[in-house]
Amino acid sequence: MKWATRAGVHIDRAACAWLIRRHVDPDATFVFVTDPAAVPADATPFDMRGADLGHHGGDCTFETILRRHDLADPVLWKIAEIVHEADLDDERFDAPEAPGLDVILRGLSMICDDDRVLELTAPLFDGLYEYHRRALLLDRPPA
Amino acid sequence: MLLAYRMPREPSSPRIAVWRKIDRCGAARLGDGLVALPADARTREQFDWLAEEITEGGGSASVWLAAPASDEQERQVAAGMRAARATEYQAIADEASAARDHLGTDRARALRRLRGELHRITRRDFFPPPEREAARAAVESLATPVEQQERA
Repeated sequence: MKWATRAGVHIDRAACAWLIRRHVDPDATFVFVTDPAAVPADATPFDMRGADLGHHGGDCTFETILRRHDLADPVLWKIAEIVHEADLDDERFDAPEAPGLDVILRGLSMICDDDRVLELTAPLFDGLYEYHRRALLLDRPPA
Repeated sequence: MLLAYRMPREPSSPRIAVWRKIDRCGAARLGDGLVALPADARTREQFDWLAEEITEGGGSASVWLAAPASDEQERQVAAGMRAARATEYQAIADEASAARDHLGTDRARALRRLRGELHRITRRDFFPPPEREAARAAVESLATPVEQQERA
């Protein structure tokens, strides 16, 4: 399936692309647009104004996708807290990882294009997932 | 960059939530339902999502990339934003000096809280006033234990 989002991806869009590929659509391809009108007819838009998969009721797009696709995995919801804080910084969650992740993503967007950002951040989110999976099983930070 | 918006008076909670978010992002209020921020990737996103929230709350909103007709207008808006932050920084500096005599956990707690406040203000500070450095120095001085300060 084809997915479309705004160009110049930051934390929410990078995390959503990873989420879509790993948990929604393994064959996902992504296009990046600067104008909502440029979204291809056969693509599902996300993290754009007017898209169903966007910010709703205080949720960031990552959280919206989890809700829309009934993804209840607690590890994904833990990552959602981090993405929410890195994106919105509204202190709804205690996510000390968020400011670091925000800086990393902003830095990456300064030195590479959107495809490359997704390529580089996929293992980052895989690692974050594994870390929090173990933390949840152990009920303490894994060594 | 401008956000022009209109929201119904009732229900009031979405309107208040939007009001708070505008304050939190440090936007200048240019008039009734018209707020401004310098344009960059982050602020663009803030206004876009605020516009979305306003629309969902039954209002209407549009985001504009605008240029003031004169430099003087621009300077006035920037000066207003700088002055608003200066007041906030000054309050932090005052609180930090009030906490200077605190010891142990009280001091650590004050440091943690004021660092958080400072972070939030810095986030919405687009035209840093001199008060910023003073506030930062006052807060960070709380990180130095009292004994060391006396020796210095």
